[in-house]
Amino acid sequence: MLRYFLQRLLWSVPTVLLVAVSVFALIRLIPGDPALLILGDRATPETLDALRQQLGLDQGLTVQFIAWLGHALRGDLGHSILTGEPILPLIFDRFQVSFAVVLPTVALAGLLAVPLGTIAAWKQGSATDIVTVAGATLLLSIPTFWMGLLILLLFGMRLGWFPIVGYVSISDDWLAGLVYLVMPISTLVVHEVGGIARMARASTLEVLRLDYVTHARAKGLSEARVLLHHVFRNAFGPTWTLLGLILGNLLGGIAIVETIFTIPGLGRLLVEAIFARDYPVIQGCLLCISLFYVAVNLLIDFVYPVFDPRVAVS
Amino acid sequence: MTALLEIRGLVIESRNSAAPLVRSCNLSVNRGEVVGIVGESGSGKTMVAKSILGLLPPGVSQIAGSITLDGKDMAGLSLRELRSIRGGTVGMIFQEPMTSLNPSMTIGHQLEEGLRLHRRYSRDERRSRVIDMLARVGIRDAEAALDRHPHQFSGGMRQRIMIASVMLLEPALLIADEPTTALDALIQKDVLDLMIGLAREKNTAILFVSHDLAMISRYTQQTIVMAQGEIVESGRTAEVMTRPEHPYTRKLLASVPRRITVPGRSPERPIIEMEGLAVDYRNPDRSFWKPVSRRIVENIDLSIYPGEVVALVGESGSGKTTVGRAAVGLLRSVAGRVLFEGKPIKRNGDNYASYRRNCQMVFQDPYSSLDPRMTIGALVAEPLRMTGAMTSAEKRERVLAMLNEVNLTGDFANRFPHQLSGGQRQRVAIARALIGTPKFIVADEPVSALDVTVRAQVLELFNRLQQRHHFACLFISHDLDVVEAVADRVVVMRAGELVESGTTEAVFSRPRHEYTCRLLNARIRRESVEA
Amino acid sequence: MKLRFNLLAGGSVMAIVAIAALTALVWTPHDPLALSFTTRLKPPGSAFPFGTDEFGRDLLSRLMAGAGPSLGISLLAVLTALTIGITLGVVSGYWRGWPDRLLMMVTDALMAFPGILLALGLLAILGAHMRGIVLALGLAFAPAVARIMRGTVISVREREFVDASRLMGNSELFTLARHVLPNCLAPIIVLATSMMGWALLAESALSFLGLGLAPPAPTWGNMLSASRTFLSQAPWLGIFPGLAISLTLLAMNLLGDGLRDLLDPRMRGL
Repeated sequence: MLRYFLQRLLWSVPTVLLVAVSVFALIRLIPGDPALLILGDRATPETLDALRQQLGLDQGLTVQFIAWLGHALRGDLGHSILTGEPILPLIFDRFQVSFAVVLPTVALAGLLAVPLGTIAAWKQGSATDIVTVAGATLLLSIPTFWMGLLILLLFGMRLGWFPIVGYVSISDDWLAGLVYLVMPISTLVVHEVGGIARMARASTLEVLRLDYVTHARAKGLSEARVLLHHVFRNAFGPTWTLLGLILGNLLGGIAIVETIFTIPGLGRLLVEAIFARDYPVIQGCLLCISLFYVAVNLLIDFVYPVFDPRVAVS
Repeated sequence: MTALLEIRGLVIESRNSAAPLVRSCNLSVNRGEVVGIVGESGSGKTMVAKSILGLLPPGVSQIAGSITLDGKDMAGLSLRELRSIRGGTVGMIFQEPMTSLNPSMTIGHQLEEGLRLHRRYSRDERRSRVIDMLARVGIRDAEAALDRHPHQFSGGMRQRIMIASVMLLEPALLIADEPTTALDALIQKDVLDLMIGLAREKNTAILFVSHDLAMISRYTQQTIVMAQGEIVESGRTAEVMTRPEHPYTRKLLASVPRRITVPGRSPERPIIEMEGLAVDYRNPDRSFWKPVSRRIVENIDLSIYPGEVVALVGESGSGKTTVGRAAVGLLRSVAGRVLFEGKPIKRNGDNYASYRRNCQMVFQDPYSSLDPRMTIGALVAEPLRMTGAMTSAEKRERVLAMLNEVNLTGDFANRFPHQLSGGQRQRVAIARALIGTPKFIVADEPVSALDVTVRAQVLELFNRLQQRHHFACLFISHDLDVVEAVADRVVVMRAGELVESGTTEAVFSRPRHEYTCRLLNARIRRESVEA
Repeated sequence: MKLRFNLLAGGSVMAIVAIAALTALVWTPHDPLALSFTTRLKPPGSAFPFGTDEFGRDLLSRLMAGAGPSLGISLLAVLTALTIGITLGVVSGYWRGWPDRLLMMVTDALMAFPGILLALGLLAILGAHMRGIVLALGLAFAPAVARIMRGTVISVREREFVDASRLMGNSELFTLARHVLPNCLAPIIVLATSMMGWALLAESALSFLGLGLAPPAPTWGNMLSASRTFLSQAPWLGIFPGLAISLTLLAMNLLGDGLRDLLDPRMRGL
């Protein structure tokens, strides 16, 4: 078991390195001279050279990479070209905002969808099952940006239950901040519930076919006990993995929801940086989001043996 | 004295098939008695067993008949009463040790579950009973086993744990559905002996469901023969085995054909020789922790002469499939060499084309050896691609002739593999292997996946073809009965090495190596029968 | 029976959308690009079945005109992903060895980025025009295709009929083409249909964020984005483009499900 943990941990090191290299390469691949883009009309050969030297662009790529990596490890991700702010604290602030949306979304969607999917599989073919599957497919087909607009329209504009613009952080004012989060979280939850329910249902169906479920019944155990201890625990693994994937993906795609509900989160930061060609910020965002994703997957892997001890042995 | 279990007029139907799965089944089991239900796949025997505890799969239901346990009609029981009978009065053991234990629960926890439900013991008493039972079924270090998970045990061990789990509750009736089919030959007998022994101790009756006649004949007092949902014959085991009345029973019991060994062959050059062969398994997912390669077979010296059938016998994991594949050129060796007609085989050597044409293989799994996207005709004709110019008309003729030889009519040529039964597919595989008139064939467990009666047919066909075409054959099998039916010589393998070889008669009646003795002893034989 | 419904429903909706897109190449009820101040922000009515936007342009015509680019980009992106992914997956799964390990490392790294993020990053490099978007989406999906293809090839190649083919003297290439690949098609077909859905969604999302095709060219995504300014006055501007995307997505999902069910029992019979 210990070996499994160490193996996973050690394997994430090259992954993290590869992520860093990829992010760095991605930015360097962008056509155009960063110095020229920054200076624009004010560029003269002297100022260009000076800026290049300042940004370290005159040195070899490997050196630049190591320098950048070195700075990153020390917590210095550079400064935004647009605003001049230091990047890491900026990302950190924005991350908190996005996280306040993403984590409750995944938790809520999971709590709703997993029992739904499991019971649909348990009663396969019944009305519950058919409605669940149809509902899930339907929900999956509604893009988040449309759902967001509809929710904004109905609950924000027409009914006026929730504020349409503005934002208050929950770390400042707990209750007021929550009000701003209701609509974006609901938007995302509605969409994710479909996918999670389908996965829960599919993996439960797989497990129900297996002998040990019949064996548990043959021992005389009650249906509830069979469902909980024998079926659910073994079926949950793939859904658990999916939850981790969703957490990571949401953080990546949250720009949309943040745009609709005007929330100052990480996704919007990234998109604005792409428009403004603010490369250091783009780099920093990509790096942080990916690292977070790697960390989440690691956590998922660590907990997985609880549901399927077989993965802990090679 | 009333019987423990009485089944009258049982009819079981399935949503997915027009014909009923079980038609009007009547049987009874007395206290402490061992009753066997024998039949092939599709006979309905498993459904009968499952219906007793109301564990029929979704879509399948009992539509008529009564099941009475200890005088009480099972149909009239509430769910609660049924659950108290399940496990408490009637226990059930399943076939697949790999999937019958919950992989995410510890052994201790799973075994205690039943005890906690059906008996009032203190926690310590439960624990000590579980440990005692685990020790009784042969699990070493029973106390440590409590905290382990199923995947940490082998198949045979898991089946013993299952037996422990069920017998802990000292049920009055044990239903055993093919309990040892998925286990290795050497282990089967031990596990069965354990099961029967324990049952005798606790005066537990057994309803033993199996396709293996030999097992049924050895362990049961009453035998019921089922075919296609009906009971075709039943009675005391000794009677049914020695004086079968129904033609189906006779077919099941019919002796497997004996091989007529060609006496004394001339000392020709062997067609295939393996000298000092060693093969490694190279792990495709290499990493720091996993070893790069593992030796599977070592020191293989084997010669096969034209026209002779040599059987390669061993348990799973002995490496016999590897030897077969190496003989036919599908694997490369890390040491030693293979000679074809006296000359070593080299990838681009001059005898390579001839070697390819003349060495073919019949694989074990009839469901995976035929490309599902090709018609039977195309499949059997494919080897002819390499044998020089033949017009399509000539090819078609050859294919039809070959299909005829394996007792398949010409219209089979236009069908697809999924439309054929296992036995038919295996015959297609044989036809494909023989169409190029090879001099040497490796048959890798060709009948293991087939039903008993079909097995006899295919073996008979094999013998006939071998005698007509005189090909040499390396026949791989773990089943000694099959080996006795087809082989001239026998070679025994264990853990990657050859341990004994000799003529069939010599090895079977005068085994020299200790492992061969064990294999022969583990063989469950039935009393020989006049058909 | 359920399977028929899936295929039928999914297929017919897709057909309608495709027909609308093709029709739009030659005819739409009104000119999708014509500006007119007299017909601004009109609610759905007889002249304009879906209403008009702030520039007086007919929504229905714009939806039809936008179907082409949206579907077209999705289709091209999926084809790109399939081409790259299948090739890499086959090489990796059939020959194993170092190409396989290299591919696994690269896909691990690429899959360490959440989906949309990778597309965003690639877009930043390639630029937000037709070719860039197709490539960005194609490259973002290719790792998943490669992995699935690799898995399928590995399991098919273990089947005994592959060995039988080699035994007959067929070359490795022939065995691959004649026996392995045709049996790997089924999961890919199902994946391709699902991917069309993801690609459409991704393309719309990117357009919504302003990273897709620039206005005035209509895509469903940027129409939705533009609707935000006038959402409370003219809700139809937000409802219909979203409806179009959702229905098409639903159709693709149903088709994918139906195809999977259709191909599954046949695969299981093998």
